Amino acid sequence: MTDSALRTAPRPAAFAVHWPARLSWIGLGLYVLYAAGQVNVSWERIVSGLPQAAKLFGRMFPPNMAPDKIDLITSGMLETIQIAVIATVVGVLLSLPLSLMAARNLSPGWLAASARVFIAVCRSFHPVIVSILFVKAVGFGALAGVLALIVSSMGFIGKLFAEVLEELNEKQVEAVRSTGAGFFSVLIMAVMPQVFARFIGLSAYQFDSNLRNSTMVGIVGGGGIGAALFTAYQRFDYDVVLTILIVIIALIMLAELLANGLKKIFR
Amino acid sequence: MNMSAARPGLLSITDLYKEYRSGAPVLKNINLEIEASGLTAIIGPSGTGKSTLIRCINRLIDPTAGQIKFRGLDLAQLKGKALREARCHIGMVFQEYNLVERLTVIENVLCGKLGSLPVWRPLLRKFAAQDIDRAFDLIDSVGLSQEFASRRADALSGGQRQRVGIARALMQEPGLILADEPTSSLDPKTSVEIMELLDQVSRQRQVPVIINIHNVDLARRFATRIIGMSRGQVVFDGPPDALQDRHLNEIYGGEDWQA
Repeated sequence: MTDSALRTAPRPAAFAVHWPARLSWIGLGLYVLYAAGQVNVSWERIVSGLPQAAKLFGRMFPPNMAPDKIDLITSGMLETIQIAVIATVVGVLLSLPLSLMAARNLSPGWLAASARVFIAVCRSFHPVIVSILFVKAVGFGALAGVLALIVSSMGFIGKLFAEVLEELNEKQVEAVRSTGAGFFSVLIMAVMPQVFARFIGLSAYQFDSNLRNSTMVGIVGGGGIGAALFTAYQRFDYDVVLTILIVIIALIMLAELLANGLKKIFR
Repeated sequence: MNMSAARPGLLSITDLYKEYRSGAPVLKNINLEIEASGLTAIIGPSGTGKSTLIRCINRLIDPTAGQIKFRGLDLAQLKGKALREARCHIGMVFQEYNLVERLTVIENVLCGKLGSLPVWRPLLRKFAAQDIDRAFDLIDSVGLSQEFASRRADALSGGQRQRVGIARALMQEPGLILADEPTSSLDPKTSVEIMELLDQVSRQRQVPVIINIHNVDLARRFATRIIGMSRGQVVFDGPPDALQDRHLNEIYGGEDWQA
């Protein structure tokens, strides 16, 4: 048989159209256009806003480096860092047992389900909203911010840790279990070695996220640099705002470097 | 070592029955007596229940019905602490080695000791000095040099990993070693080396070994007893010399087992 003879038989399409997927994309595109119309996003408004933005940036330069401002910013930033560190450490520690309970391969169904509900509740609200609740409960200051960020850390880290635990290599666990090891020995020698490096990575990510969020909780009275930032905005001290923004950016970059270093150590 | 004289009847399996879905048995009324010495090879096609049988013995799988008597205890009935205690005396070697990849070789070997240690010891890596000495000895005796002790398991070749797997099982000072297809992931030469090592374990250390294996030649060469399984039942049980082609036809269902 020649090639052309072979080709007379109709072939099935190599890449068939997947209509559900295509319709979903079209639907999403249409909704974005509709929603943009509803909230009045238009090119004219962006154009008319640009000079306004230029004026704002103009008033930001040069950043305010007056000693009294620097003092204020330094103490605010230190408090922000403290909030983030405490919230991350406590949040991660609390997330460890929580994620064990939520991992469906390690705990009974009813426990995993209830732990997952708890984690979902922790994750439901933005840290700022949780922060408002804690400011009402324990008063203004860093404690409210710390508590709010612990809750949100548990919501994220608990879920992510549980997912890592569910991807365990069961064979390694089975082998250690077959030696007669008890539950906690299996955790220490078969589970932790598999997940520890990823736990470190996720914790570093959460620290990064807590640093950013701890600059926010101050706006509602949860302590840290947020209060100073908010005050500066309200008093139109845009040069102070710029200084604070630069310090925050530097801090986040530092955290990134730190996280990379940690991941290298715990490979 | 507690294995002085060969005690017959180390393991006694009676009417062992296992089904994963009701009405579809994987093991149908298995009856076996395993002596306290020698190397017993279980042969048979894939999916015939060899692996299920061996895992029922140390209860990585729970049997549906039947008795498994080991040193006077019915393993099939054990729970919790009593089960873990019984597992301490049964070592297991796996097809894919099942080492904890991110632990070092010596940590993997010391895993064999976990059943008898309080939790804080592995947590702080505070193992007893004589256990560490023993682990080094075992690493040596399975044919790895001492430098391997601090290497991570994921840096080893297949044959090296299986040697560590055997050392881990020996660390338990087991009264029985179960090996589930220990050579199936290895090349032919390494397979022979691993079988030689298991043979040595059964002869020199007097630890009885039960091996699932699908390589009939290796089974013939090393086993003191061969058990042939087909469709969840024992269809041959005897010394390697007694295993004839007609038996293999029965075990593997036809002549296709011949390469």
